[in-house]
Amino acid sequence: MSFSITDPSPRQKAVAGALVIAYALITMLPLIWIVSTGFKSSADSIAYPPKIAFEPSLEGYVNLFTAQTRQTPEYLAENPPQTWYEEIVHEKGMVIAGPSRFGERFLNSVIIGFGSTFLSVFLGTLAAYAFSRYRIPLKDDLLFFILSTRMMPPIAVAIPIFLMFRNLGLSDTHLGMILLYTAVNLSLSVWLLKGFIDEIPREYEEAALIDGYTRFQAFRKVVLPQAATGIAATAIFCLIFSWNEYAFAVLLTSGTAQTAPPFIPTIIGVGGQDWPAVAAGATLFLLPVMVFTILLRKHLLRGITFGAVRK
Amino acid sequence: MAEIVIRNVRKEFGSFTAVQSSSFKVEDGEFFMLLGPSGCGKTTTLRMIAGLELPTSGEILIGGEDVARKPASQRDIAFVFQMFALYPHLNVRKNIAYPLVSQGMSRAEVRRKVEEAARILGIEDILDRPVGGLSGGDRQRVALGRAIVRDPACFLMDEPLGALDAEFRERMAEELRALHDRMGATTIYVTHDQLEAMQMGDKIVVMNHGVIEQFGAPQDIYDKPATLFVAEFIGSPPMNFLRFHGALPPGATQATLHHVPLGLPALREAFEGDMVYGIRPEHVRLSDAAPYRGEVLATEYLGTTQVVTLATANGEVKARIPADQPARVGESVGLDFDGRTTTVFDARSGRALRSALNEGVLHG
Ligand SMILES: Nc1ncnc2c1ncn2[C@@H]1O[C@H](COP(=O)(O)OP(=O)(O)OP(=O)(O)O)[C@@H](O)[C@H]1O
Ligand SMILES: [Mg+2]
Repeated sequence: MSFSITDPSPRQKAVAGALVIAYALITMLPLIWIVSTGFKSSADSIAYPPKIAFEPSLEGYVNLFTAQTRQTPEYLAENPPQTWYEEIVHEKGMVIAGPSRFGERFLNSVIIGFGSTFLSVFLGTLAAYAFSRYRIPLKDDLLFFILSTRMMPPIAVAIPIFLMFRNLGLSDTHLGMILLYTAVNLSLSVWLLKGFIDEIPREYEEAALIDGYTRFQAFRKVVLPQAATGIAATAIFCLIFSWNEYAFAVLLTSGTAQTAPPFIPTIIGVGGQDWPAVAAGATLFLLPVMVFTILLRKHLLRGITFGAVRK
Repeated sequence: MAEIVIRNVRKEFGSFTAVQSSSFKVEDGEFFMLLGPSGCGKTTTLRMIAGLELPTSGEILIGGEDVARKPASQRDIAFVFQMFALYPHLNVRKNIAYPLVSQGMSRAEVRRKVEEAARILGIEDILDRPVGGLSGGDRQRVALGRAIVRDPACFLMDEPLGALDAEFRERMAEELRALHDRMGATTIYVTHDQLEAMQMGDKIVVMNHGVIEQFGAPQDIYDKPATLFVAEFIGSPPMNFLRFHGALPPGATQATLHHVPLGLPALREAFEGDMVYGIRPEHVRLSDAAPYRGEVLATEYLGTTQVVTLATANGEVKARIPADQPARVGESVGLDFDGRTTTVFDARSGRALRSALNEGVLHG
């Protein structure tokens, strides 16, 4: 086979295209599986061999959002279903007793995920600015220390943190989880943002200082707009971590502050695991990070290649 | 408008001294050049005047007021950075308006001033463009616009033409000088280009290793260098140095090099030891009758003149002579030095000996 650095031949293009599509399919298969399972009926979801063509059903989503109880046929006959979702439940011989806990858990994820992301980026920006611009004693050692907090696997400190949280009354609270995720993300945030801020020439701020602005005004009006790209990229990385975090969430939350990741697998249906509901939960859980990433995508792409090209 | 006085200013970064105790004075309305090789402390000096760096010790007076401990924003100066430092997220108009907005000026007033500055610089047509796509020269003009729009007491410019290509530099240099002459504002201009300094400056400070070697009018610095460093740094080709050993009494008008007496401006001090006889290439003539001999090593044709390199008993000498005067490589010729223009240096310290030529210029 010959390689050309000029235009590939049509055959080469076709082969390359086929490889890319095959690879994309393989990596996306789990995703497709989850999304499609969310729209299957219970029976279809466990059919073997797996059904590719199936009759779509919203049963999974209804189960995900509602708590249900079994009722006698007489009761069911006396209380006909009023809405499309009541009807889905009705057919199984059940009625809706109220909303499920999924909404709450999802909201917890939003509060904790975005809360800790905001805090990590906010503190990270200030710290990174200081590390970048001021002469700080033991600067390099401090930076290394900050990075080193990332080096151990989180699970290694899970037990001490569990005990600490219990004593401080932070177990199963939003504040506790926000603080914990912020602590974990801060090292990434400081390091990433320091790189971005280092790239912004000091002259911009100095020009602003001479133009009559205070240092804080110069920071806010000159540095922040130019660090926007880096801040967006950092925010995405922080959100992805805190949104998907599972180990600490399992250990430290069980009720009030439980996030979606430990909750979704516990969705139990009647007579076995309710796979469509689990898949529906997983699908919905994917959405916010996807939307957030797509919104900031332009920044993200520029952001992660930013430090790579030196002038 | 203001005069600027630098008195015993010194700057240390940890154990490294970037600027040794320095003093000089910039008169009101002067175009003042801070000249020196890379790393000699020019930028540091300028930044101390601007208030971007605090001096370790010393006084800085702008318009008679000691500002050494004042923040940059209170010094009423404008600074033009080498890389222009235009705010990339703002367009040209907003960049120029930026210093006015911080003063809380009314919007109509800001608009009027920005447009006036743009007119002076000839950039009215690009006011609403983003700064990203501008050419080097236009960026330079916008940076100047941001400086002049405030009517500051003085302008500080750190190699403002450094980022432009050679062809354009010359034009901008002229524009800058013309702008200064129109506005008459005190300007301190940093450069490492001796030609630029000679062309543009009313006065020049020459720095080396954080030390001020000399300051004065370009002509004085060229004709009457205070140190070997200045003599070598300024002029192209630089001054010729003929090394010799001897003793000279005060009032001496001759020095003997390789058994030939050569003329000097009358010395005002005595010296004994290793010395350097310094003479500019344009003051060396080729003359068959002259007793001091040299062999032609090379010639370099420069249009109306040529530079001839000669080997002599006291080292290599370059002579700038008319292009039509014959000089063949390998030929032995006599060298005639114009003794009224020479400077004799102490070879060890590099200091110029005082003489009838330079006594009014040297200080310290
Ligand atoms: N913030 C600083 N910390 C430590 N050393 C510094 C600092 N700023 C400047 N220096 C040192 O001080 C010396 C003088 O620097 P300066 O920038 O004033 O030189 P310069 O004459 O402007 O040179 P150039 O022509 O290269 O711009 C240099 O050796 C430089 O490394
Ligand atoms: Mg400099």
